[in-house]
Amino acid sequence: MSKAFFVDTTVCTACRGCQVACKQWHNLPAELTTNRGTNENPPDLSFDTYKVVRMREEVIQKKLNWLFFPEQCRHCLSPPCLDTAGDPRAVYKDEVTGAVIYTAETRFLNADDIISSCPYNIPRKSADGTLAKCDMCNDRVHNGMMPSCVQTCPTGAMNFGDEKEMKELAQKRLNDVKSRYPEAKLLDAEDVRVIYLTLYDPKLYFKYAVASNSDVNLTRQLALKKMFRPLTAIASRVLQA
Amino acid sequence: MTNHWIDLKNSDCILIMGSNAAENHPISFKWITEAQKNGAKVINVDPRFTRTSSKSDIYAPLRSGTDIAFLGGMIKFILDNKLIAEEYVLNYTNASFLVNKDYSFNDGLFSGWDAKAKKYDRSTWTFQLDANGVPLRDLMMKDNLCVINLLKKHYDRYNLKQVSKITGTSEAELLEVYKTYAATGANDKAGTIMYAMGWTQHTVGVQNIRTMSIIQLLLGNMGIAGGGVNALRGESNVQGSTDQGLLFHIWPGYIPSPNGKIAKLEDMLKRRAQSKDPLSLNWWQNEPKYIVSFLKSLFGDKASAENEFGYPWMPKLDEGKPYSWLDLFDEMYKGSIKGFFAWGMNPACSGSNATKVRKALANLEWMVNVNLFDNETGSFWKGPETIPENVATEVFMLPACVSVEKEGSISNSGRWMQWRYAGPKPLGNSLPDGDIIMELGLKLKELYKEGGVFPDPILNLKWDYMADHKFDPHKVAKQINGFFVKDVKVGDQEFKMGSQVPSFAFLQNDGSTSCGNWVYAGSYTDKGNMSARRKQEDAPNKIGLYPEFAWAWPVNRRIIYNRAAVDPKGQPYDAKRWVIQWKDGKWIGDVPDGGQPPLVGPDGQPDPKAKHPFIMTVHGLGQIFGPGLNDGPFPEHYEPLECPVEKNFMSSQFTSPTAAHYGTSADTFATCDPRYPYVGTTYRVSEHWQTGLLTRPQPWLMELQPQMFVEMSEELGALKGIRNGERVKVSSARGSLECTAVVTKRFKPMKIAGTVVHQVGMPYNYGWRWPTSGKEESANLLTPSVGDPNTRIPETKAFMVNVTKL
Repeated sequence: MSKAFFVDTTVCTACRGCQVACKQWHNLPAELTTNRGTNENPPDLSFDTYKVVRMREEVIQKKLNWLFFPEQCRHCLSPPCLDTAGDPRAVYKDEVTGAVIYTAETRFLNADDIISSCPYNIPRKSADGTLAKCDMCNDRVHNGMMPSCVQTCPTGAMNFGDEKEMKELAQKRLNDVKSRYPEAKLLDAEDVRVIYLTLYDPKLYFKYAVASNSDVNLTRQLALKKMFRPLTAIASRVLQA
Repeated sequence: MTNHWIDLKNSDCILIMGSNAAENHPISFKWITEAQKNGAKVINVDPRFTRTSSKSDIYAPLRSGTDIAFLGGMIKFILDNKLIAEEYVLNYTNASFLVNKDYSFNDGLFSGWDAKAKKYDRSTWTFQLDANGVPLRDLMMKDNLCVINLLKKHYDRYNLKQVSKITGTSEAELLEVYKTYAATGANDKAGTIMYAMGWTQHTVGVQNIRTMSIIQLLLGNMGIAGGGVNALRGESNVQGSTDQGLLFHIWPGYIPSPNGKIAKLEDMLKRRAQSKDPLSLNWWQNEPKYIVSFLKSLFGDKASAENEFGYPWMPKLDEGKPYSWLDLFDEMYKGSIKGFFAWGMNPACSGSNATKVRKALANLEWMVNVNLFDNETGSFWKGPETIPENVATEVFMLPACVSVEKEGSISNSGRWMQWRYAGPKPLGNSLPDGDIIMELGLKLKELYKEGGVFPDPILNLKWDYMADHKFDPHKVAKQINGFFVKDVKVGDQEFKMGSQVPSFAFLQNDGSTSCGNWVYAGSYTDKGNMSARRKQEDAPNKIGLYPEFAWAWPVNRRIIYNRAAVDPKGQPYDAKRWVIQWKDGKWIGDVPDGGQPPLVGPDGQPDPKAKHPFIMTVHGLGQIFGPGLNDGPFPEHYEPLECPVEKNFMSSQFTSPTAAHYGTSADTFATCDPRYPYVGTTYRVSEHWQTGLLTRPQPWLMELQPQMFVEMSEELGALKGIRNGERVKVSSARGSLECTAVVTKRFKPMKIAGTVVHQVGMPYNYGWRWPTSGKEESANLLTPSVGDPNTRIPETKAFMVNVTKL
């Protein structure tokens, strides 16, 4: 059965256990960071970092808020990156879980095109052009385990399960908070497998909290690329070889 | 904790003050979140807006070190608005007691002040007694000398205006907090407090907690589900270490260490005051059983009635002389201590006034550093500003294995003793602490056989906790629980020699039982290791007690003082979240605080067999008037030793008159000094553990929090021309360090008595060994070596600093 996350930012304490658990399960190296005047670190997603908890200090209705947003791939239902890649050996959707998976074959594709096609600015490339991002801990999930970020979350901010169950959970939680926070909403809930609940304007949490409009401008370009895809994919393989 | 972690979910109002639970006790938020989803309000009071504040319904800032003013205002609010839980206060606290006519409080000083000795004669902090020696009570609570009326008088000065002037919290914010919290005085409402080092690490640390204890008693919040006074311990087994008598002032099980004046065992066994009130259980009349059983556990067959069970071999304190952390390093600094075991500790970073600590280490002849990794303490001789050739201290490193590599138990904040099996085998030459200490003891015994000063305690020490030349934690756990040394008949029950005692009720004062720690009796019985239980079924009252998951001291009681959770007839004040109740002639639910019947029988008549609920206190009642402390029976606001104001607006007594001071050249202070104009405080971050010894070498955690930082307001940043992320220097009268400025909306300047006060804060989790740049240092280089008069815990939460651009 296809899966989904429900990320309840209203109870996230930004302990960042999820960030570390992600690195631990995927055995990703730490980045050399500096304190940039914020707790948020590493500064951005990278080839070695699939998850970053965004932390924003915002005064809303004269009250200070510290908004936390555990950023990760949304595993879109119709992933533009998959369309752009056009090569199931490099980017495919797991038929069972719905996870959007990148393989080492992505190094033969045009990484920048794939990155720019993502409405959430998620994929990151290595020096050789290989792409990486959250894989939904697909190996764990296939073995009956929770994704490691969900497993480690102490408050129930990170939830995971069957798509239907997560949608119901998200809706229930939205209903619970709506009366007190009229601006509360589920972000792009119909398009993604990682449904976030925010209490205020999602852009305050993080600029890519909701799908950016820029992908609209790409539509024509993408459509063109799609037409030529078999050729470009083969051409880039030849070039890499 | 009087309650336990899961119980937080039962609360209607959670006050988080003096702790930053979301960051330092992240798992607690599992239960806080659950309470919030059930409609609970979370209040956070902190100088800085933290990750805890971000999840709170109400956030109120206060100036560091003014908690008593803040809470004293709440006491006044509760009394003025008649919000106390009346029946509870009358029956279960000493509110109605008449205090000694000679007791007084005048302009910041209590009666009995000896200005020369700088301490109190506490003989007037007592109660009036009737002809039978029972405390006099005015059940109408009208008498001026009634505790509740003295309380009212004491806090009359703590009006909103005055409190706001001292704390910097606005009157509106104070009112919002007071109203919300005081609403839990209703019988079916529960309020709880979560505190940690933000309360303890002050010269008024104990009194901070006392103030809240008074509030909890006034509101009837002690003993109930979702209530209590809950200390969040700073390390997974710090509760266990205190229980087992790690500190100088107590033996295991909170038995006060004897001083040299108590020369004979019989003096020690007789020293406890007993109440003449027939309704007082007089718990401590049992203390001789615990003391003798403890001595038997230390000296085994060598302890007999003839030799006072080895009491003469026990160390005695010099009367009035403290041996706390601050005192040890003070003596070391002065050169009177020659050898030192730093065991699982990193004082070069964790000790307040770490500059003094590091200099003190150089006065040692030898130091043994027992730890997982080398640290700033073991390597102090090559640390910053230290010339190795000038240090004569010989340092030995004994590698200890990590907790998951050894078997044993930890006791968490909720008093749950939880057994853990060993995971992987220890790496390299590292050993479990138990093996290191056993081998050390065997070697000492061997050497003392050849002679030495006073060899008796070492030679007579029972030291049989090894099996196959290895430390056996089960042997220790069984000894801690206690066993019968010979066949014993207790009441109509017979016990064979060698069998485990079922609970402390079976301990004896004649040497027939041996018990390492009476509060743990019942943890490892003939039925097995109770702390290894992992059953996940809740008790019938369904409030998350899980009585067969691990084991809680004492006697598996999950909520202590639970006899106060019921009315005088034994029926729960809150039927929905009942803890215990009297049904068909017995108590059901949690293990009750004593099995005696309720105060009032079914016929409405007082039951002569009944006992007061707060069984550990002398008179059996909750102590609103608390005569046992060194600095006063009621908490009073005093300024921190270093503060930004020129006077105490509550009284002429500027700082705590009884605070612990030290006089070496390293004990420098600067109060109201233009060189150090900003209030400094210290804390921890989620991403590092204690001084960072386990986490700073861990790349995934360093990635998250790579550098020492100082947080300050945007206003202070602008004033000093400091940009966010730039490196700055922070200095105090004792030292300085370099760190990264975090300029944030989460600190705000405060108006204190008309002037603007800026506060800054720093984590203490860093040290020069890692990261290898050597530039990220501990905030304790700045903190003062001055302490609370009762515990002597240092005042690291409020001191004065300067911040300058590099």
